[in-house]
Amino acid sequence: MHNKSIAELSKGLAKGDFSSEELTRAYLDRINGLGAELNALVTVTEEQAISAARSADQQRSQGDAGLLTGIPMVHKDIFCTEGVKTTCGSKMLDNFISPYDAFVVEKVKKAGMPMLGKANMDEFAMGSSNETSFYGPVKNPWNTGTVPGGSSGGSAAVVAARLTPFATGTDTGGSIRQPAALCGITGLKPTYGRVSRYGMIAFASSLDQAGPMTRSAEDAAWMMNVMAGFDSRDSTCVDKAVPDYCAPLNDDIKGLKIGLPKEYFGDGLNADVAAVIDAAIKHYESLGAEVVELSLPNSKLSVPTYYVVAPAECSSNLSRFDGVRFGHRCANPENLEDLYKRSRGEGFGAEVKRRIMIGTYALSAGYYDAYYLKAQKLRQLISNDFKTAFEKVDVIMSPTSPNVAFKLGEISDPVTMYLSDIFTIATNLAGLPGMSIPAGFVKSDGHDMPVGLQLIGNYFEESRLLNVAHQFQMNTDWHLRVPAGFE
Amino acid sequence: MSSEPSSPSLQKDDIEKIAHLARLGIDEADVPAYASDLNNILALVEQMSAVDTTGVSPMAHPMDAQQRLRDDTVTEQNQREQLMANAPQTEANLFLVPQVIE
Repeated sequence: MHNKSIAELSKGLAKGDFSSEELTRAYLDRINGLGAELNALVTVTEEQAISAARSADQQRSQGDAGLLTGIPMVHKDIFCTEGVKTTCGSKMLDNFISPYDAFVVEKVKKAGMPMLGKANMDEFAMGSSNETSFYGPVKNPWNTGTVPGGSSGGSAAVVAARLTPFATGTDTGGSIRQPAALCGITGLKPTYGRVSRYGMIAFASSLDQAGPMTRSAEDAAWMMNVMAGFDSRDSTCVDKAVPDYCAPLNDDIKGLKIGLPKEYFGDGLNADVAAVIDAAIKHYESLGAEVVELSLPNSKLSVPTYYVVAPAECSSNLSRFDGVRFGHRCANPENLEDLYKRSRGEGFGAEVKRRIMIGTYALSAGYYDAYYLKAQKLRQLISNDFKTAFEKVDVIMSPTSPNVAFKLGEISDPVTMYLSDIFTIATNLAGLPGMSIPAGFVKSDGHDMPVGLQLIGNYFEESRLLNVAHQFQMNTDWHLRVPAGFE
Repeated sequence: MSSEPSSPSLQKDDIEKIAHLARLGIDEADVPAYASDLNNILALVEQMSAVDTTGVSPMAHPMDAQQRLRDDTVTEQNQREQLMANAPQTEANLFLVPQVIE
C-alpha cells in the first residue's frame, strides 16, 4: 500500500479495498519498524492517528467522505498542533503543547487526514542538513551515513522511505526544495502569501512559506488543493482565488519556454549533478519544450542578502522566547535578566544563537541602513532580474542543490553550510514559487544518491510548475525509485 | 560597537555586547568561536556593499501588499487555562517572574 499514489489511495478507500484504519496501521508499522533508524519523527501520534482513522472510516460508512478522508500524513514539527507537543526541533519548546492548530493543520484535519506524527527538523528551521535539531540528525534513507538536507529533513525522509504519502514542509531559503532534492522526492514552495502562515512558528516572516512534500507532482497538486487559501490571521497572506491544481496536470507542454540562468550552472556545481540536470533538460526538449539561455545578474548576491534579512527577522521573532509564558525556563533565576539570559542560553542551540546575534547586530543602532535596508534594496534587484526573465520564459530550471547529500558531520563551518542553498535562496527573496523534482541519480560512496531539478515559476503559477513537473514524471520513473530496504 | 560595517571584525567585547542586547547567555569559553563565526558571516554579507543601490526602493513584500485593517471587534476566544498550562511558573493564575520592583 505504501507505494500507491494519493489518487490510488483515495480510490482504494472509496472502493473499500482497505480501510483508513488498515492503511494508518500499515504506515505506523513502517514508522515504528524499519523507519525508526532514520530518527525522522520527533513524536509519533499513534493513538490520535488510529482514532482519527476510525472516525474517517465511520464518516465513509455514513456516505460523507471526501477525496482525502482517511489518508494519513505527517506534519513538520514547526506547525502548531492542538494538544500535541510542538517543538520546532528545539530544547526551548521541548515541553510545549500547542493550545491551537495552525491554519494548515486545520485544513488537513478538515480534509479528514489522520496525523501519524511530527517530523524532525533543523532547530527553528535554521539549517540545511537537519543536524541542528535538538533531537539529533535525521538520516537520509538513501544512505544513512548522509544528511537528508534541511530544514524539512524529517518530512523529506519520511516521504522518501514511504512512511507516509504526504508531509508538510516549510521553506524560508530552500527548506522544502533542498531536502526534497537530497531525498529524491517532490517538494513545492508556493508563492509567498499563497498558504497562510498562521500557527507556523515564525523564523523569517517575509520569507517563510509552507508547502507539500510528496512522491510526485500529482500528489503535490492534490495537497495544494487542501493547503492553499486565504486566512485573515496571517497579515501577509494574499487574498486570491485558489485554482484546482489538478486540472492542468495533463496539459501539453509543447512550446514551453524553459530559461536556464547561466549563473546557476557555473563554478561550484558538481559535474555529475550537472550531467543529470543536462539530461533532464534534454528530456524536456524531447517533449517539445524550447530552451532559452538567460542571466540573473544579481543572483550571486542572494546568499549575502539572505544572511541579513533572515537573521534580522529571526532575532525579532525569537525574542518571544523569554522563559516566562511558555518554553524552557532556567532553574533558580537570580533576577529577571538572569532568567532571560539563562533560559535563552540553555534553550537555543549554537546555530540559532549565531543567527540571533547576527540579526541583533544588523538591526542595532547605526547599522540598520548598512544591513537590513541595503538587503531589502538588493531583494528588489534580485526580484527585478526574475521579472525580466519571465518576460521571455515560462519556467526557469536549474539544479536544486550543487551536490548530492553530504556525510553527517562533514560540514561544520556555518558559511560553507549556507552556500549549499545557493540555488534556492533567490526564489524566497523574490517571493516566487519553486519546486524540486527527482531528476536522476549520482553514484556517491557506493550509493545511488538522488539529484533534484529545480523549477521556478512566476507569481502564483504553481499550477504551471505542477503541470511541467507532472509531464516529466509521466515520462520518467525517477520519482518512483525507493531507497534499498524501504521497498 | 568598535567596528564599521565596511570592515566587520567583531572582538570579544562586541560579542558580549551583542549577546547582552539579545539577552542570550553564552559561555565565556564559546566567545572566541562565536566571534570567528560571526566575522565569517559578516565577511559573506559584506559582498552586498559592492553593489550601488542608489535610487532602488527597498522591497518589503513581493506583492507590495499593504497591511489589512479589520473591524475593531474581539476575535480571540478566551483560552486562559490552555495558555497558562504552558507557563513554567504561575501563581494565582498569573505568570511568575523574579521580583522586579524593590
